[in-house]
Amino acid sequence: MTAAELIAMAAFKSNVYSQAFPAFGVERRGAPVQAFVRFDDRKIRLRSQIYEPDYIIVQDITLLKDVNVFAGLKEGGIAVINTEKDVENAPAGVKILKINATKIALEVLGLPIENTTLMGAFAAATGEISLDALKASLNERFAGPLAEKNIRAAETAYNIVKGEM
Amino acid sequence: MLQITEGSHAVAEAVKLCRPQVVSAYPITPQTHIVERLAEMVADGDLNGEYICVESEFSALSSCVGASAAGSRVYSATTSQGLAFMAEVVFNAAGMRLPIVMTIANRALGAPLNIWNDQQDSIFLRDSGWMQIYGEDAQEAMDLHFIAYKLAERHDVLLPCFVCLDGFIVSHTFEPVDIPSQKEIDEFLPAFNPLHRLDAKNPMSFGMYATPDCYQEFRYEINAAMIRAKAAYREIAAEFKAKFGRDYTGLVEGYRLEDAETAIVAMGSICGTAKDAIDEMRDAGEKVGLLKIRSFRPFPSEEVRTALKGVKNIAVIEKNISIGSRMLGAVGLEVKDAVYKDSPNIFSYVGGLGGRDIRKRDIKQIVQWAKEGRNDCFFGLREELLK
Amino acid sequence: MALNVGAVAAPGHARNNKTGSWRVFCPTLDTAKCNKCGTCALICPEVCITLSGEFYSVDYDFCKGCGLCAEECPKDAITMKKEEK
Repeated sequence: MTAAELIAMAAFKSNVYSQAFPAFGVERRGAPVQAFVRFDDRKIRLRSQIYEPDYIIVQDITLLKDVNVFAGLKEGGIAVINTEKDVENAPAGVKILKINATKIALEVLGLPIENTTLMGAFAAATGEISLDALKASLNERFAGPLAEKNIRAAETAYNIVKGEM
Repeated sequence: MLQITEGSHAVAEAVKLCRPQVVSAYPITPQTHIVERLAEMVADGDLNGEYICVESEFSALSSCVGASAAGSRVYSATTSQGLAFMAEVVFNAAGMRLPIVMTIANRALGAPLNIWNDQQDSIFLRDSGWMQIYGEDAQEAMDLHFIAYKLAERHDVLLPCFVCLDGFIVSHTFEPVDIPSQKEIDEFLPAFNPLHRLDAKNPMSFGMYATPDCYQEFRYEINAAMIRAKAAYREIAAEFKAKFGRDYTGLVEGYRLEDAETAIVAMGSICGTAKDAIDEMRDAGEKVGLLKIRSFRPFPSEEVRTALKGVKNIAVIEKNISIGSRMLGAVGLEVKDAVYKDSPNIFSYVGGLGGRDIRKRDIKQIVQWAKEGRNDCFFGLREELLK
Repeated sequence: MALNVGAVAAPGHARNNKTGSWRVFCPTLDTAKCNKCGTCALICPEVCITLSGEFYSVDYDFCKGCGLCAEECPKDAITMKKEEK
């Protein structure tokens, strides 16, 4: 949910309307959860969950075994996945973007919390949010050295993905 | 200035700007983020009021009753089982004519235990004498608090008010809101000026004993105040619009109802999804519109009738069920009463209970059902789970 | 009389209700038998028996004539007498 909030915040800072919400209920950190983000040029009125995403971000590869994370992903959609391994069962026409966010998070933050790293990868892969907007939202959410570290993690992933493209 | 925040935190900001002197609440999902934030504000000195930590919702509202009678502006928030536990005090607060504002982060009632959204909780207290207004999104939910205090505290009204927002769907969603400044709210909302107050030097009792020779008249007076609240609401919302530019002046609000043959009637966040669905149906040539009920108590029957004049089919979306009622939904009954002289087809469609997601396609199906004259029923029902 | 909003009113006080008028039987004390043990004052539900001067006495403004004092008196010093009004 934190990642969804931060992406919505970054999008908002890029002057589009945005909305982020969890698939409500279990909100323990680390528990398997879904969260959703919408962007639009006009005020967002729609309140249902997202069934046909343009993009998905998978924070934990083990979920691929239990859940069809690709369900509804549009043709030409992008899946940003926290892994270096091959992704099985990926549907045709979907772009898979792999990044070892856990490794980056451990190196930069010292903790296996991949939200901000994956945000950087998402920003680079989709172009929906700028690196500056992302940094601004991280600065708003975190203070001092924590903001700095999270920005470094996001920027590292951003540059890796940009380099691969 | 527009900023992005969680619905609950927008509500907490709104409450802070109203300068309540006493906040008393007991945390319960999905209301928790509102009162957690208010507790932080009091602890940090950002809100100059008393936060009373209580052991239950019954005590939360009871202490609000005492504080309000003592002349304070007071605030509480709850939902579902918490509201049910408060029920006795809910009626007392209205009977004592105490202008308490309480946020309801709407949630289903147990059993079975369910923490997700529907509107059964506030609706089951429709006869309590509290006003009930519903916000569609974080902005509206926030703004209705400013209007609610001003309305509740007017001497020709003096009734408590629920400000309802859909639990999780609005309370836990991050979205842009325009938060007014303290100066603007201070100009809009003057300090509470109680008609009566507890004062040791001039002792008073609130909600005295009333025998059969006068009890009925007290109930008459509460109802009369509720009726006066309609005009008072319009006046205050017009003032709000003049100052802040956001328009909540209608107790109901129409969307693309001009020349509509079929109308959806709904309350709360589902109105947003319905508007998107209606735009798509309009693009496909269907004459469909929406009537949003902003105020369920007082119920604006005349406005509903006027707004739905000429509509052939009316489909009321019910996030509640009045169990045992032929029409199923509590809102539909009111709407039907408002429009019966015009004889449209009118049906209650119950759904979204306990957090069941409602999609644009559900709205489109309901419109189709109303056109076909399909009777009051559930939508989105999982038939495979039923024997 | 118009109703006050919220059923708000100045509070009353039980002291204003002189319930002694309800009484049919009146407790009377035989001071020759009384040993001033105070049981009557302790048992009186109206708390209208108090030690005043040498003996206990009853505040007849509030005594409803329930007879508990007479019943409980260990010395049978109190008798209930029909009151002529």
